[in-house]
Amino acid sequence: MDKLIYQFEFGLFFWQILIFVGLILLLKKFAWKPILDAVNDREQGIKDALLSAENARQEMQNLQADNQRILNEARAERDAMLKEAREMKEQMIADSKNEAQAQGQKMIEQAKAAIESEKNAAMAELKSQVSTLSLSIAEKLLKEELSNKESQTKLVEKMLGDVKLN
Amino acid sequence: MVISNKPLRFILVALVACLPAMSFANSEKDAAHVQTEVAHKAVSEGHHEGGHAEPTDVKSKIKAFIGHHVLDSHDFTLTQDDETGKYYGFPLPVIIWDNGLHIFSSSKFNHGHAVAESNGNFYAINHHDGKIYRTDATGEITEDEKSGHPTNVRPLDFSITKTVVSIFAAALLMFWLFSSLAKSYAKNGGIASGAGRIFEPLVVYIRDEVAIPNIGEKHYKKYMSYLLTIFFFVLFLNIFGLTPLGINATGNLTITFSLAILTFLITNLTANKNYWGHIFWMPGVPKPMRIILAPIELLGVFIKPFSLMIRLYANIFAGHIVLMSIIGLMFIFKSWIGSSLSFGLSFVLSILEILVAFLQAYIFTMLSALYFGSAVEEHHHEEGAHH
Repeated sequence: MDKLIYQFEFGLFFWQILIFVGLILLLKKFAWKPILDAVNDREQGIKDALLSAENARQEMQNLQADNQRILNEARAERDAMLKEAREMKEQMIADSKNEAQAQGQKMIEQAKAAIESEKNAAMAELKSQVSTLSLSIAEKLLKEELSNKESQTKLVEKMLGDVKLN
Repeated sequence: MVISNKPLRFILVALVACLPAMSFANSEKDAAHVQTEVAHKAVSEGHHEGGHAEPTDVKSKIKAFIGHHVLDSHDFTLTQDDETGKYYGFPLPVIIWDNGLHIFSSSKFNHGHAVAESNGNFYAINHHDGKIYRTDATGEITEDEKSGHPTNVRPLDFSITKTVVSIFAAALLMFWLFSSLAKSYAKNGGIASGAGRIFEPLVVYIRDEVAIPNIGEKHYKKYMSYLLTIFFFVLFLNIFGLTPLGINATGNLTITFSLAILTFLITNLTANKNYWGHIFWMPGVPKPMRIILAPIELLGVFIKPFSLMIRLYANIFAGHIVLMSIIGLMFIFKSWIGSSLSFGLSFVLSILEILVAFLQAYIFTMLSALYFGSAVEEHHHEEGAHH
């Protein structure tokens, strides 16, 4: 211990403290602070880059998932639209068919009615013609048989009654 | 295959055969180099001291050389020539406060051989501890009989010694390395470039493995400058000590003391209420125990930095002594087998010392961080157990 204390040299201690403390202060300003800052910045940068890469990857995945979803939706929509169109087409065909049928039916009905009325008209015409014809025949007969007028009329009436229509 | 195998085998055999030759060559060279130093040191001892027994055998010469290496010195000598007595190195300024400022070059001491005169005062370097004492014109240093320490007046010595030069060089190197690293981030878009980038992983390691786990996310930032500086400072000086420059800064008690006292001051000046509470009035123990624990805990406050100081000092100091002793063994053996063996051993030990250099820097930083962590800890131990 005595030897150790004897070895202590105040002058050297003074220089050592002076140089060492000076060195700490100088290095702190010119070396350690910039070095540690740079290393920290770099590490932070690497961390950030990794994080952003991870985020980008996540985003990409999300985007892909989105795309897939949109694609699926579009496909479904297309399918739905196609289905709708098909249904609409079928509906239209069915509708037009029905309409056509109804129209045809109606036309047939009208034609039938027209035919009926025409027939009736023709019958009436025929009837009147027949009556005129009969009257003219009767006139002629009457003109020839003026003498026996009474018996003749009786005969005509009798004949007309026989020719009763319908 | 047989043909292609043969040259390979031959090369291997040749390599293995060359290995001892190479190590012999190296140890021979080192031997010559260190031997001259040792011998010269011995010569200078004899020349200067006169009264002391001159170490004559190789063992004592080596011992003296190692003893001088681990101490601080007033000039920076890289090597010396035994024959001509010439020193290769440079003198350093001596600054003494002794009733006035005395500044002169350490070349005046002529490596401890001469007495330096400054403003009417005479100074000499004591050979044992390498320290400057005020003497008379003849340079006589009287020693206390009991302790063996000189009784001469010691002036306040603010000299720029070898250790001061080393720590200043380490500080300059650190400042250049790390400020250039800091600048390279801005220039290179947040990525390090240049020589400093080798140290970037260490900086990040100190932050992630030393500061954050020991101090905690919340408080670690204010200690980062100190922890980083002390880690690299200790590491660089430890590594400097392994170079052939002969620097031994972290194996110097004054240096480790100043580092430890800074850790001590920072710990206790930034400590919160909870830290002091744990020292003087330990929560969760019976009251009589608290009274007994208080002085023990208070003692712990001083023992912690003390252990920091001794641990670093002892590790590096012992490393230098062991390494140099094993290198010295080469000259004691002076045989092809013994010297090459001790060369191999010193080589392995040097590698071990590099590990120790890193380990001690790490431990110093780690323990400092641990102490800072205890100073700013906010939870009680009971609460902490729930986490």
